[in-house]
Order: sequence, then structure tokens, then C-alpha cells
Amino acid sequence: MISFILRRLGVMALTAACLTFVVFFLTNLSPLLTNLAKTQADMRMSDAQVERWLGNRGYDRNIFVKYGEWVGVVPGYVIEGADGVIRARCQMPGQAIEDIAKYCGVLQGYWGRSTRFQEGVGDIIQTRLGLTGILMFWVMIVMVPAALILGVLAGMRESSKLDRSLSTFAIGTTATPEYVSGVILIALFASTATGLKWFKGTATSAMENPTFENFFLPVITIALYGTGYIARMTRASMAEVMTTQYIRTARLKGVAFHSIVIGHALRNALIAPFTVIMLQFPWLLNGVVIVEKIFNYKGVGWALVEAASNNDIELLLGISVVGVVLVLLTQLISDIGYVYLNPRISVS
Amino acid sequence: MEPLSWIEIIGRILVQLAPVWISLAVIFACSIRFKRRLGLYGRIFDSRIGMIGFGIVMFWTLTGFFSSAFDMIATHDPLAQFSGMKNKLPGTPLNNAEAGEYAYFLLGGDNLARDVFSRVIHGSGVVVLIAPLATVFAFLAGITLGLPAGYYGRRLDTGISFVANLILAFPVILLFYLLVNPGIRQTGVPQYMSMFLFAFPIVFAAVLIQSRYHTDPVKRNLLMFSSLAILGYAYINVINTPGTAISFLNAIDIFDPDPGILNVFVSVVFVNAPTVFRIVRGLVMDIKTRDYVAAAQTRGEGSWYIMLWEILPNARGPLIVDFCLRIGYTTILLGTLGFFGLGLSPEDPNWGATINDGRKLISIYPHPALPPAISLLSLVLGLNLLADGLREESLKD
Repeated sequence: MISFILRRLGVMALTAACLTFVVFFLTNLSPLLTNLAKTQADMRMSDAQVERWLGNRGYDRNIFVKYGEWVGVVPGYVIEGADGVIRARCQMPGQAIEDIAKYCGVLQGYWGRSTRFQEGVGDIIQTRLGLTGILMFWVMIVMVPAALILGVLAGMRESSKLDRSLSTFAIGTTATPEYVSGVILIALFASTATGLKWFKGTATSAMENPTFENFFLPVITIALYGTGYIARMTRASMAEVMTTQYIRTARLKGVAFHSIVIGHALRNALIAPFTVIMLQFPWLLNGVVIVEKIFNYKGVGWALVEAASNNDIELLLGISVVGVVLVLLTQLISDIGYVYLNPRISVS
Repeated sequence: MEPLSWIEIIGRILVQLAPVWISLAVIFACSIRFKRRLGLYGRIFDSRIGMIGFGIVMFWTLTGFFSSAFDMIATHDPLAQFSGMKNKLPGTPLNNAEAGEYAYFLLGGDNLARDVFSRVIHGSGVVVLIAPLATVFAFLAGITLGLPAGYYGRRLDTGISFVANLILAFPVILLFYLLVNPGIRQTGVPQYMSMFLFAFPIVFAAVLIQSRYHTDPVKRNLLMFSSLAILGYAYINVINTPGTAISFLNAIDIFDPDPGILNVFVSVVFVNAPTVFRIVRGLVMDIKTRDYVAAAQTRGEGSWYIMLWEILPNARGPLIVDFCLRIGYTTILLGTLGFFGLGLSPEDPNWGATINDGRKLISIYPHPALPPAISLLSLVLGLNLLADGLREESLKD
């Protein structure tokens, strides 16, 4: 088990390294750097000025050197610019140029500076991740029980009327991406057109003080899309368990139907959905980006959109590390959990 | 003139869609009449869910076809702005309409005084063209890589699976922001990607013909030459565009895809291909233990023959079902791209962009945002229902 986890962590580190390098490469292409220089300094700069601006800040060097600096295995640059100012990568605000550190990268715990927000990337990610964490937490609280109940109810009597209607509902929600359901929900419950102003159409105030009124719509928008999918998986696995021999034996013995469902079938039926729920996390991340944009809730997804549209290289790298760690960690947890839930499977 | 009532609006929309209703009726009548002779396609009409799904999908396909090929159905130009029609409610008459001009905005006007109904109708054209085509390319890439990975296993499998998992570990929206923007288009990255991804159909066709007909060189050469000539010519036409990173064969280049659409297309294929690869690989690993594969191996058939002519046809059931679901997912991805304003021009009437435009004033004027949202929802729903019907029917035997 230990060697399995270690091997998976190794693959995870390799994947994170490859992925951040791809992000690094794509954000360091020259037209994007030109755009960055123009938005940071002056929109009407000439080509020569752009080149000087980039040169002064070390953007024009070899990509491997720059990537090494970001990781923290190559010493940070110290460049005396054409304008006479000495700039150093490792110079923190207010620090003198003499006593700066030699290496400053992810390995040293320094995530760089955001060009969009003019703040440390580490701080931005910490605050934004906290906000997104609250959103994700409530989504899980709503989505998981709802999906499991729907799935179990639909799967316990296959092709009954209840199963048909719940399955149709599940198909409907999987066909509704967040940008569609969000818009429809706002139009129904938060607009003057229908007159039902039950909830708020924006969640900006939920960042300080989440209430039922301002947080319900974003949570339900993300939860709806995932619910159908998990419910369908639960239904399939429940329906399969209900056809097995031991359930039949229990029925023939005369055990009441509800105690068969709860006492005999449930545990075995929940193994497959567990994996699916864990693998839903990366999907939620996508929904989070869209919902944070629609409801103007300034979490990681919102920061991702801001960073990407302003080519904020180091913030994008930070967010992609968060993303890839989330994806791979949930895969690992789902594999380990699967072994514990189902004793017939072993990883080694 | 008086504004139209809701009943009149619905009636007029149904009349506008007349060509679609007629074609739908013809298709359904023919299919149900001959359903016993049409194989899996005919069996869709045995399941109610499958039939409803097929109906919705065909409705949008025909709408897209008639509106973009013949300029029918839509009442106005989707980009034209009409004075005094800004944010007007559904059924509002035009201010002094000229003769021959449709006198009403059936679903109202958006915040730039354009006709919502015409924009929704025109938005369907791009979706029903790009979504299935991108899914086909993703499938060809996924199958060409998934077959050998699942069949040979070992290092080849480890290598390709690592790359596939790497792409899947990207948050999709981050990938879209990185791959779809004007700066990337200048560097030619989408064109290099298209060079790579569009090569898979050619490789697939070549291997398919070689593995089947290598015992009959005359027939093989004829088929190989003709298919490679056609596919190769199309390939060069698509990837080569004068004045960009790849422009070395301008002499025979007659067709240039719109760079924005190419960019969107390539990145959607790129996002979908790894999932298809994983599905195909799993199916192949399951099927290669069957007796008929062992029989073919004992007969001395080549490995590519076994993969393409023994394993692949037996994996078709789950692949066809996933194909339908994946078109729906691609539709959602295209909407996401539009919603974030990536790829296509800002005034393009694609559904994602229209939803995003309408969203800003939604608490006061919901009518510009709802029609495209409901259209997208219904198309994806139709595809999911169709996939469900197909799954049910293919499990019956």
C-alpha cells in the first residue's frame, strides 16, 4: 500500500511538472508577452520600448532558465536594466538589493507575484481558495445526499414509474450546463420579470456573509449538474445489487423490503458512486469557474478568469498547480477508498 | 401596429419553422415505414425515449441546415440593428417596417436592438456543424491511439496513457484560455495542433485499407491511392493558410478555414480525444481476451487486422452510445467557449455568447438570454435521450 501511494505521488509530481511547463510555455509566447507589456505599462508603446520593458524584467531569456527560476532550482535574476534600475526576481517589496535570497521559487515556498493584482500569488490563492472552499462545501452538502437518495429510490425498483421519472430528471440535469441553469434560475427566482424575488442574482455579498438568500442559487446551480450524473451511477449500481442472489434470498426469507434496501443492499450499492463522487471534484472546478463568473463571487475560478484574460503568468501557474493537485489527489483518494470499501480488490 | 399576443407569437414561430416540420415528417414517415430494414438506426423507432431524442436532434440539425445553407426560417439578419428595438419585449412590431421586411421581432430585441429569434436560429448552424465533426475527429484520434495502447499494452500504453491523463488533469477552462486566443493564433500553435490532429484520419484510413487488402495488391493500391489523394488534398487545404505559420503549398490551396473557428475546433478535439482514448483502450483490453481474437491470432492475422476488423466492430455498441453523449458534451464545451468570449468574433450569434450577452440585464429583461439557453439545453437533452434509447436497444440482443 505504501509503495502504491509513493508511486502515485511520484506520478503526481511528474504530471504537475509537465503541466506547469506547458502553461509556462503557452503564456511565454512572444505575442502574449507583448500584450502583457502593453497592458502593464502603456498601450501605445513602440516595439523597441516593449522589447526594453521585457528585457528589463528578464522576460526575454531562455524559457528553461525562467521555468527553473520559478521552480527554484536556478538562481533568480538580477538585471541592471537599460533604464539604470536594478531589478531582481527575489526582491520582496521594501527589501534592499543586497540582502535578497539567491533562490526563490516554488521549492522555497515563493509563488511569485501577480501582475494583475500586484500582490503575492501565495496570498491571493489562499484567500480565493478559502472562498471557493466554502462554496464547494455547501455544494457537496446539497449534492451528495440528494444524488444518493434519488439514485437509491430509482434503483430499488427498476423500471417502475418512480424510476422512470427520476431517471428523466437525472438526464435533464446532466443536459443542463451551469451557464444555462444559472441563467434560467436567475430569470425565474431573482428577476422582476416573474416577480419572484426570492433569492439574489449575485453572490458578491456572500463572500463576507453567506446567507440562504444570497448563496442558494450559486450552490444549487453547481449541484444540479453533478446530481444527475451521480444519481444515474447510484441507480445503475443499486439496480445491479438488487438482482443478486443474496437479496433474493433475503426477500424469500420474508425480510421487509425497507430493511433489505437499508440493511442489505445499501453498502454494496454505494461502492461505485463513491469513486464517481470523488472524481466529480475536478468537474466541480469547471462549474465553479462558470458560476463564480455568473454570480460575481470572487473565488479561485474568478481569479482564474482574471489571470487568464490578463496573461498573468505566475498566478495562472499557481492556480494550475492547485487544479492538478486537486485532480490527482481525488484520484488517489478514490483508489484507496475503493480498496477499503471493496475487500475483493487489492492494489498490489 | 399592436404587439402580438403570446398565442400569435407561438403560431408565427411554428409557421416560420414550416420547412423543418415538413422534412421532419418525411424523415419520420420513411424511417418508421422501413425500420425493420435499417439496422440499429431503425431500432431507435422502437423506443419512445430514443424517438423523442432523435426528433429533437433532427429538429436542430434541420434548423441549422435550412438557416445557414438556404437562409430560410430566420426573419431578420442576425447582425443587423433596428432603431428603437433595444430590449423590446417579444412580439413587438418594427418601427415603420419596409415592404418585404418581416414586421415583428418574434422573441424581442437584445441590448443592441438585434432580433433574438434570428440570432438563436443562426446560432444553431455553427453548433450542428462543428459539434459532430469535432466529435468524429476526436473519435478517430482516440481510436487510432487507443487500439494499439490497449492491444499491445506495456510501454506504449504507459506512454500514451500518461499524456492522455496529463491533458485530462488540466482544468478545461484554463486549457481553453491558453489555447484559444488571438495571440496564440499569431504564433501558429493551433495550426501545428491541427497538423497533428487532422493527420489521424489519414493514418486511420491507410492502416484500415492496408490491413484488409494487403493480400490483393491491385485493389489495395487503387483504394489506397484514391483515398489518400482525397484525404491528403483536404488535409493540405485545411492546415495551409497563406500569410500564417504554415503557408508552403499556396499553389494548390483553394479553401481556408476561418482562423477563429479552426482554433475552436482544434481545441475542442484536443479536449475530447483523451477521454475517447481511455474508453477505447478499456474496451480493447476487455475484448482482446475473447475466443474469436485468439482464433484470429492462431490463424496468423496481423495485429492491425485483428484490432480494426475483429476488435473494433465488436466495440461498436458502447462507442456509438458514447458518440451521442459526446456530441452533447461538445455542444456544452462550444457554449462554454462562447460564454467566455473565446474564439469566435464577439457579435457572432453562437448560443454561448448570446447567453453571456443577455445575462448582464437578466434581472430586468430575461427574454434575450432565455431562448438560446433553452435551445442549447434542448439539443443536449435530445442527444442524451437518443444515447439512452440507443443503449436500451443495443442491450436487447
